[in-house]
Amino acid sequence: MTGDPALTVDPAAKAETGADRRESVIRLYEKQPEIYARAVSGWFAGWRWALVWATQLLFYGVPWLQWNGRQLMLFDLEARRFYIGGLVLYPQDFIYLTALLIVSAYALFLFTTVAGRLWCGYACPQTVYTEIFMWVERKFEGDRMQRMKLDAGPWGARKLLRKSAKHGAWIAIGLWTGFTFVGYFTPIQTLGASVLSLGLGPWETFWVLFYGFATYGNAGWMREQVCKYMCPYARFQSVMFDKDTLVIGYDAGRGEPRGTRGRKTDLEAAKLGHCIGCNLCVQVCPTGIDIRNGLQYECIGCAACIDVCDGVMDKMQYPRGLIRYDTQTGMQGHLSRSEELRRVFRPRVLVYTAVLVSICAALVTSLWLRAPFKVNVVRDRGSLASIVDDGFIANVYRLQIMNTTEQVQRYRIGVQGLPRAATDVAGVVVVEAAQARWVPVAVTVPPDDAARAGAGPHGIEFTVERLSDVPGQAPYRIQEHSTFIVPR
Amino acid sequence: MHSGWAIFIAAVTILSLVACVILLVIASRRQVMSDDNTTGHVWDADLREMNNPLPRWWMWLFVLTVVFAAVYLAFYPGLGSNAGTLNWSSQGQFEAEQAKARTAMAPQYARFVAMPAEELVREPQAMGTGQRLYLNNCAACHGSDARGSKGFPNLTDKDWLGDNSLDAIKKNIAEGRVGMMPPMGAAVGSVDDVRNVANYVLSLSGSGHSDVAAQLGKAKFGTCAACHGADGKGNKTLGAPNLTDRVWLHGGGEQAVIAMIVKGKNNVMPAHAKVLTPEQIHVLGAYVWGLSQSTPVAAK
Repeated sequence: MTGDPALTVDPAAKAETGADRRESVIRLYEKQPEIYARAVSGWFAGWRWALVWATQLLFYGVPWLQWNGRQLMLFDLEARRFYIGGLVLYPQDFIYLTALLIVSAYALFLFTTVAGRLWCGYACPQTVYTEIFMWVERKFEGDRMQRMKLDAGPWGARKLLRKSAKHGAWIAIGLWTGFTFVGYFTPIQTLGASVLSLGLGPWETFWVLFYGFATYGNAGWMREQVCKYMCPYARFQSVMFDKDTLVIGYDAGRGEPRGTRGRKTDLEAAKLGHCIGCNLCVQVCPTGIDIRNGLQYECIGCAACIDVCDGVMDKMQYPRGLIRYDTQTGMQGHLSRSEELRRVFRPRVLVYTAVLVSICAALVTSLWLRAPFKVNVVRDRGSLASIVDDGFIANVYRLQIMNTTEQVQRYRIGVQGLPRAATDVAGVVVVEAAQARWVPVAVTVPPDDAARAGAGPHGIEFTVERLSDVPGQAPYRIQEHSTFIVPR
Repeated sequence: MHSGWAIFIAAVTILSLVACVILLVIASRRQVMSDDNTTGHVWDADLREMNNPLPRWWMWLFVLTVVFAAVYLAFYPGLGSNAGTLNWSSQGQFEAEQAKARTAMAPQYARFVAMPAEELVREPQAMGTGQRLYLNNCAACHGSDARGSKGFPNLTDKDWLGDNSLDAIKKNIAEGRVGMMPPMGAAVGSVDDVRNVANYVLSLSGSGHSDVAAQLGKAKFGTCAACHGADGKGNKTLGAPNLTDRVWLHGGGEQAVIAMIVKGKNNVMPAHAKVLTPEQIHVLGAYVWGLSQSTPVAAK
């Protein structure tokens, strides 16, 4: 926000001097200042690192897990089969993705309402990768002051070495991330082999490089710019906020007036608050804001300022929590813990929770009751009905049987709905593991039964039974509706 | 595309690109009177616009999109009727993808082509391919169960209008087939003569008929015998159907037979040589051949 000082005007400075209106240049764009976030440690930094480890172990690790002789989680776009553990999903199961997205959205809404930008601060890939990349940066270029000095200094062998080593490490992480990402869609072990033999396909190459570049660019170069200018959630999360949402805030009543002082200074006499004006909270901020100016849309809720301020408070032997997680009402009214807790159960939280819980329940129930195969019935359009041997009326259908298990299955096809209706499918239909198969089925009805039913369409039900290999176990049955036409 | 429209579209495209650049240049710097970091604009007496510049990388993204557009237009069709230097077309891409798929399937088909029909029908993979080819290309007329319907032959019975060897089936798929019954009403004689012949024809297969009419019609059947044979058993070389079985492709009964004699029929099976490759026709032919064999087909 702060640009070239010569070109922007500081209203406070103008007000002081009371100067006349003067001409200045308004710019459409300007270079964003580099942010040199200072390293921070503490309770919340520990949580952030815990989540970095958890999310990244999951992301980098899962593609390497095997299950029943195949990858545990594999989205095979070419074959249109999506394997998640023991679950084999077909494109017809996309409703589950919808449910997953709704669950994610409502979880995000709920957490945001209760505790602000938890997602942004701890779990968002942008935060997580930026955290990793900043750690790499510190290893090669040192902390805030050293980095600022290095950047300001002239280019030399030392600077070149440090910079290229940092970028090399960043690119390596980016490429590994891209490789892992593609490994969810192409079996990662064969993908690794084709990387080693330089035999990567054009699309695989593209996506490894694309995702690798996106990681490198976003976590290395763009960082807070992504949150400030690109992220839609950052812009609309404020509608989930209210006065009882937990946000990171500065207790101005306690902190002001700020100023330098010695540890022994009598605050009453010096007319000082608890803020010593060390500016550490600004230096650690990854988005470069001053939390003491109040709630700002740039704040991603990472709590780095809390960690660093608590350290200062400890040193000064003041109570912790000058900057803390608190609600706006809590910050102003100094509510007790139990009063604040009671305010969590407000209508919007309850509504979000109710929707979230019911969709989760629906999703789990739906997955639990999921049939081990699917059936589609497609009626032949070429001819509505035909008269075959001995005046029998025949209608022709195609049944698509989709086996969603990873074992070969046997199915029996039957038909009900018209007296003495019969199919021409003799014996059982065998469908290979995780495969779909079309079965043409002619349904015939004897002429007298057809005459009794009358000309026109009649509802019929196809019954497809999966035969169980376990003796005594009832077959799993699916019924699909269709129409049988008796010609005039 | 009409050349006038092509020029118009090319001009509009280029002008839009130029306008984008001009907009960026004009808007990038502005001298204004301001002393409070606003643009100096005031609406409704108190609404003011803060000077809140975009990040510079955003501007570069904007420039990049303009550059991308120029590069894209050079390579791909976009400027009116200009085809672009890559000569890309959706048709071309489709054909390239088809060629790629054919190359991928070539070894599979090479194995199948070397196999005779008797072996292919015992090969589940070939029959799976054959069934898919059949459902996509043949089932619209012959039905998913291949039993056909009125006018479209049943492929699962043993009644063949022509030779039922694999080669003959493949020829029919590739080149199509025309089944032609000429109008014979005048040649047979009067309306009564035609009805009598029709009854005779029905009597050959033991279908419902009048014996008296059939006896009278027998003499006139000579006209039909030229193609259908003196015994009415048909002629596979000519494609003349056997009249002594109860297969009535175009409908049985007196009225249907009379209509056939009087009006004739021209029935066409379209050629598929342009739709299917010779290898596909081989596998499909074997699948169709297998449909009428007494042993069940592997894939069924």
